[in-house]
Amino acid sequence: MQKPIATTRSATGIPTGRLAIWWVLASEVVIFGGLLASYLMFRLGHPEWANAAAVTNTYIGAFNTFVLLSSSFTAVLAHQAAENGDGKLAAKYLMMTIAGALIFLVVKAFEWSYEISHGYTITSNGFWSFYYTAAGLHAAHVIAGAVIMAFIAADAARGRELQRVELIGIYWHFVDVVWIFLFPLLYIAK
Amino acid sequence: MVERLIQQASSYAHSIDGLILLVTVLVGFWFLLAEGIFFWLIWRFRAKPGVKSQYITGKEKHLKRWVTIPHALVLVCDVFIIIGAVQVWYNVKQHLPEADATVRVIGQQWAWIFQHPGLDNELDTGDDIWTTDDLYVAADKTYHFQLQSRDVLHSFSVPVFRLKQDAVPGRTITGWFHPTVAGTFDIQCAEICGIGHGVMLGRINVQDATEHAAWIALNNSVSAQ
Amino acid sequence: MAQAATVETHGHEAHGQGHHGPEGILKYIWSTDHKIIGMQYLFTGMFMGLIGGLMAYVFRMQLAFPGISVPGFGVVSPGEYNALVTNHGSIMIFWVAMPVLIAAFGNYLIPLMIGADDMVFPRLNRLSYQIFLASAILILASLFVEGGGFGGAWTSYPPLSANENYNLTRLGSTLWLSAVALEFVAFLLGGINFIVTLMNARAPGMKAYDIPLVAWMIVIASILFMLSVGPLMAGAVMLLFDQTLGTGFYDPLRGGDPILWQHLFWFFGHPEVYVVLLPAIGIVIEIVATFARKKLFGYKIMLYTAVATGVLSFFVWAHHQFVAGIDPRMANVFTVTTLLISVPIAELLFVIIATLYGGSITFTTPMLWALAFIAEFLIGGVTGIFLGASGADIYLHDTYFVLAHFHYTFFPIAIIGTFAALSFWFPKMFGRMMNETLGKIHFWGTVIPFNFIFIPLFVLGLGGQHRRIYNFQNFPELAEMQPLRIVATVSLIVMLLFQIPFFYNLFHSMRKGPKADRNPWRSNTLEWTTESPPPHGNWPPDQMPKVYRGPYEYSHPDRAEDYWPQNLPN
Repeated sequence: MQKPIATTRSATGIPTGRLAIWWVLASEVVIFGGLLASYLMFRLGHPEWANAAAVTNTYIGAFNTFVLLSSSFTAVLAHQAAENGDGKLAAKYLMMTIAGALIFLVVKAFEWSYEISHGYTITSNGFWSFYYTAAGLHAAHVIAGAVIMAFIAADAARGRELQRVELIGIYWHFVDVVWIFLFPLLYIAK
Repeated sequence: MVERLIQQASSYAHSIDGLILLVTVLVGFWFLLAEGIFFWLIWRFRAKPGVKSQYITGKEKHLKRWVTIPHALVLVCDVFIIIGAVQVWYNVKQHLPEADATVRVIGQQWAWIFQHPGLDNELDTGDDIWTTDDLYVAADKTYHFQLQSRDVLHSFSVPVFRLKQDAVPGRTITGWFHPTVAGTFDIQCAEICGIGHGVMLGRINVQDATEHAAWIALNNSVSAQ
Repeated sequence: MAQAATVETHGHEAHGQGHHGPEGILKYIWSTDHKIIGMQYLFTGMFMGLIGGLMAYVFRMQLAFPGISVPGFGVVSPGEYNALVTNHGSIMIFWVAMPVLIAAFGNYLIPLMIGADDMVFPRLNRLSYQIFLASAILILASLFVEGGGFGGAWTSYPPLSANENYNLTRLGSTLWLSAVALEFVAFLLGGINFIVTLMNARAPGMKAYDIPLVAWMIVIASILFMLSVGPLMAGAVMLLFDQTLGTGFYDPLRGGDPILWQHLFWFFGHPEVYVVLLPAIGIVIEIVATFARKKLFGYKIMLYTAVATGVLSFFVWAHHQFVAGIDPRMANVFTVTTLLISVPIAELLFVIIATLYGGSITFTTPMLWALAFIAEFLIGGVTGIFLGASGADIYLHDTYFVLAHFHYTFFPIAIIGTFAALSFWFPKMFGRMMNETLGKIHFWGTVIPFNFIFIPLFVLGLGGQHRRIYNFQNFPELAEMQPLRIVATVSLIVMLLFQIPFFYNLFHSMRKGPKADRNPWRSNTLEWTTESPPPHGNWPPDQMPKVYRGPYEYSHPDRAEDYWPQNLPN
């Protein structure tokens, strides 16, 4: 379909796509914010949750943090390439970011399998309920982001819609930031 | 005003009714004024042939005043209401006068269960009197109630006392009342609790001192068996 | 014929007119035209409104004549009663008020009013409606599953809502919750479109203060929604897990807290009422300015006050929880904030009333609805003060006083606001005029009975009658007030019957009404400069409007005409 004239306008001077992604992030911040605030309230009221938190593997958490941060870095490189008009290079860096996402998810899959097989399930106690819910919601956003990123990479490789590389990058940084909050809350605070 | 619809039977009922009356008067004044001006304006400025509307931007100081001054006056009224509300709230919900006796009120799907202290005036002792649906108290005595729930949220409401407090499972919430009129009055559950919410009628029996002592004695001999 | 689609995305005018949308029935499934999507929300919302209204008929019949076999339904069991009131409330708020006021009129009007040819994300717009439709189907489906519809009130407090042993409808409760969550997603996506379109796609020359207020109001409402619904989304996920996976987020036996849900719910629930109020006020403003032939009294005051109301609305939520078991000291904070928020809202109403001063008022059907909004909403607004005063709320919480208060706010918002908007923009949407006589009959037949439904309910509430109870004959102190209940029910039936002339007027006028020209109301805003109904793309691509002034230049002293459209150079 033809793009409406409306999509070419920019009364604020800011590109429409960028405005949209920031509003999406605003609503996501409140969703995760609400979840994490609830977790904090509970945690403060349940000091015994520290025993459950002790089980999470800080090294795996730290590794996954490193993986996500690196993938954010490659997303930045992708943006740079797109700014320079180099769609193929941007696509390459986006694929590296997706690879980072996959590593993150695979590590998490092993991590969760281990924990579940040792009896720490979502219904074990309040800590574990939050652990799986928060990390699960985050993982869902990682998956969704990676899928969208793949489509954008495919377009970019053909030199199309390069402005979207920046936008998915912004989203990816957000996913990163959420994890940076989750990591200390679920892995470090013991 | 409220007492015309339902009697006052507790020591704080009249203060709650008084607050409602205060709000009615203050709010009623502004309401009648606003509606009055509104209806006057739509009559006065109905379209007439040959008469054009005025061009008013809202920046005109003498006109803006008509909005900013009521604005300020409304704020003043709000302050009066806040003071009244805080006073009533403090008395009923924050301050806990010394109790002559304590009762435990337990809500469950779908009935009220009451634990009365019995002859020794102590809860959780052997002579406690347990009833379902009917709570027995003496007039002119101050009671604490310990409110609990066995399952979902319920709410202990005695309209003639003007009292209400939600019952939360996992907690014991303490409140108080001081009945002033003898009689039998409704207890309603004031938080939807399932299909039986509408049949959770309870009755509070406010008895005079002699009657109440007799009731305790009667149930004491019963429970001692 | 479609133009070849190599459109550069930076600074190059796209040829929007060459390609018309899909034809025939497929048009309605795949069209991305904001006007068609707007109408889909409108008709879905009106259909759901009928359902919600019929639910009210059934449960009010039960209340007036307990145990009766309600014509068209049968005898109402206590469980069915709870499901009816629960779904009546949920449907009216989430599937009527929001889709009609925000999604229908927002979609239809915003691009037209800012001189754009569509929203900036037409396909996302399409997706939003489809998700919304799915949520509507889900909520209706929830009524027919084993166990029946969810009956834990629209507020869905756990543990009742979390545990099937308490609510007796595992499927009903989960479907209900899923429907609400899906509706939230639809409005989050839709809101992005409204906000970004208003920010960026305005016609050349349209500065921020030239935007018609209804467009601002819908966008502010969308922002308010987006920023308040997040914690409830999180809470809904937790409740869903409690319902389906057996977690114990809200189960005190497992270390959970039922009150957490209440906080998450009302943190959203309170801003939500302003999410629906602001668009309704916007609609009233457009109509009052047009039919009083008068410049709005204080455009900037309205705008800033609306934003202030939105901001303040985040700080009042626990007035719904005064007696819920929160720390009693907190109640004092929330009484203060709640009473303070009455000030900007009063201001909004005062400014609209002040706009009438010096006007030249004609009482067309849309104007009657707009004026009724003001008169009735004032009642809703002032009765809120009783409930915000914590000491009074001890008695009034969960009584019919609350119910009457929120119907005096919601009914003007969702019902009066809808009829006002529909009668005003009908000529633009359908290219024909509605019948004024039928419109007036419908108006009086709706507004007068409305008052006879809810004033008795104020009295019942003051008399101590509590909510969500299916038969008051069980309560000795309340039984004798039965005549009031009968008055309310009979009035509701009268009001429902008077909707027949409306539906006849609506459907007949759509096809056979007198043809409308571009600007039958001689209004200033841009939607009135194009054909009725507007073509795909709204204006020919080389005739997209430019804007030279604000939207409310009525009766300007330097002009012979008493209106001055925004797009005229002089």
